[in-house]
Amino acid sequence: MELVCPAGNLPSLKAAVDNGANAVYTGFRDDTNARHFAGLNFTQDKLAEGVRYARRKGVRVFIALNTYPRPDGFSRWQQAVDRAADLGVDALIAADIGVLDYAARTHPQLNLHLSVQGSATNYEALRFYQEHFGVKRAVLPRVLSMSQIRHVIDNSPVEVEVFAFGSLCVMVEGRCILSSYATGRSPNTYGACSPASHVEWVETPTGLDTRLGGVLIQRHPKGENVGYPTLCKGTFQAGGNTYHAIEEPTSLNAMELLPELAAAGVKALKIEGRQRSPVYVAQVTRVWRQALDAFERAPEQFAPRPEWTAELGKVSEGAQTTLGAYHRPWQ
Amino acid sequence: MSTADNRHTPRLSLGPISYYWPKDTVEDFYAMVADAPVDIVYLGETVCSKRNQVRFDDWLAIAERLADAGKEVVLSTLSLLEAESELLRLRAICGQDRFLVEANDIGAVHLLQGRPFVVGHSVNVYNEHTLDLLARQGCSRWVLPVELTHDTLAQMQRARPDGVETEVMAYGRLPLAYSARCFTARARNLPKDDCRYACIDHPDGMVVTTQDDNRFLALNGIQTQSARTMNLLPALVQMRELGVDILRLSPQSQHMDKVIALFHAALSGAQDPSDASAQLERLMPTGACDGYWYGGAGMDLHAPAAASVTAA
Repeated sequence: MELVCPAGNLPSLKAAVDNGANAVYTGFRDDTNARHFAGLNFTQDKLAEGVRYARRKGVRVFIALNTYPRPDGFSRWQQAVDRAADLGVDALIAADIGVLDYAARTHPQLNLHLSVQGSATNYEALRFYQEHFGVKRAVLPRVLSMSQIRHVIDNSPVEVEVFAFGSLCVMVEGRCILSSYATGRSPNTYGACSPASHVEWVETPTGLDTRLGGVLIQRHPKGENVGYPTLCKGTFQAGGNTYHAIEEPTSLNAMELLPELAAAGVKALKIEGRQRSPVYVAQVTRVWRQALDAFERAPEQFAPRPEWTAELGKVSEGAQTTLGAYHRPWQ
Repeated sequence: MSTADNRHTPRLSLGPISYYWPKDTVEDFYAMVADAPVDIVYLGETVCSKRNQVRFDDWLAIAERLADAGKEVVLSTLSLLEAESELLRLRAICGQDRFLVEANDIGAVHLLQGRPFVVGHSVNVYNEHTLDLLARQGCSRWVLPVELTHDTLAQMQRARPDGVETEVMAYGRLPLAYSARCFTARARNLPKDDCRYACIDHPDGMVVTTQDDNRFLALNGIQTQSARTMNLLPALVQMRELGVDILRLSPQSQHMDKVIALFHAALSGAQDPSDASAQLERLMPTGACDGYWYGGAGMDLHAPAAASVTAA
């Protein structure tokens, strides 16, 4: 299985390449991708440098153009497709039908991957993208169980990539507008969820409140660790209880499922985290490389080593991990 | 060309029921709808395949009764398709040719391509190139994704392919997200596989409140909605100018007959849209919002009519 690692900038790209990634995924420095954060991502020149660095070590470079352009912005996405093709990236990861259509017609030699933002959770959808745009691979949303993934792959006309580690979207990617409901900006339109521009940290007599677009997301007592106010991970009241009504702050870690994912025919494992530091990228890539190598040497005996789990736990959101939707009871 | 001619008076549609209501309630609801001034009715389960009060044959029977009453009936489909059992049901809906079908997932588009179909608001049609490609597959009507603005709609309308109608969701709690996880079952500490159909107790969803008592979201099984009801009736003049063909009203459990009547009165010119909106606000479970249309946060309220009500 191919290990696909996040590269939010050149140092992260090098960290991924040096620590055993088979491929890295990147983005341009604007709202054409779903990690549109200040200071993150690549200019054309930096990406050219990144491509050269990765090539020397035999690592593939993908670029995400996975937001949804509106009519007045469409030409910027077209230009981004053209620039990606000029750089000779190994694949373009896109979600919007208009963008996929443009890329397929204008650059027929360019490999297309359907982004997780394309919300394809079933093989009928995958067939549509394959028939119309010749998509080679699809990244599945983090909502399918292990048996559902097996079934999709058995009937899929394209390779399948799944998320193996990182922050967990509990909603179907590409179909969640909770962020724009509170802020006017969503991953689809703006390339960011719960954007920092709309976050407030408010000191109160009892501690600290975090707000997004003015909406109270989390109320921290004094001394508690304060997390980023991602909307779906807030504490709310429903049915008379105060709790994480949607999801706890937790990370996905599918390492113990490696044998099952391989047996199902998964072709690539994605590590989330283009917004994270080069140190995170290096640590997570190294641990997953070790795990994949151990699995390939002795698939029958594979089990995650305690030191791997501990190291991944250190960089996880809320220092907790879950198997997420892959594990049916989570649903 | 005059924009005041009758061609630009939008028709009214009633979206699918997004909640889980008992079968008798559903039957009574559509008996009301048969006599109500809506032109188009979307039918079927769009949120959770486990909901089984009304089965496929029951939906077809309701569809025939509404067709007899003069309604255009469209069969709607599931928004999140995961299991093979869900695809089987989808194939049954897409395989019939008595009624038009609304695709709420690209998987449904794949099954429908080559004949006319509607593309629902959970399919991301954010630009004219996407709409153009779907139109070439047979899309005869699209519904504006709910987070897009009137300005984006204006751009879309200028480039709209021939023969494609535009529908805008104009009233209802906003569909904001879909998940593998059932949040209603979670609120009851039940696993999804043993949900005990908890959502039947929440005919308009289960309200989620922030810790400072802001009624924020509504949990509807695997779907998350806004607690506030979006209302675009104050933007009626703008929607007429943009050539919107159809306004969609999303069902709520109470007062839906009055909601339909108020929209109809405003469309027919019998009532001022601002007055009708002020009355609508009293029928909403939580309150109004319209921010997406104006380019703001979806939860915001911009409409002047509503503002004057608040100020009063």
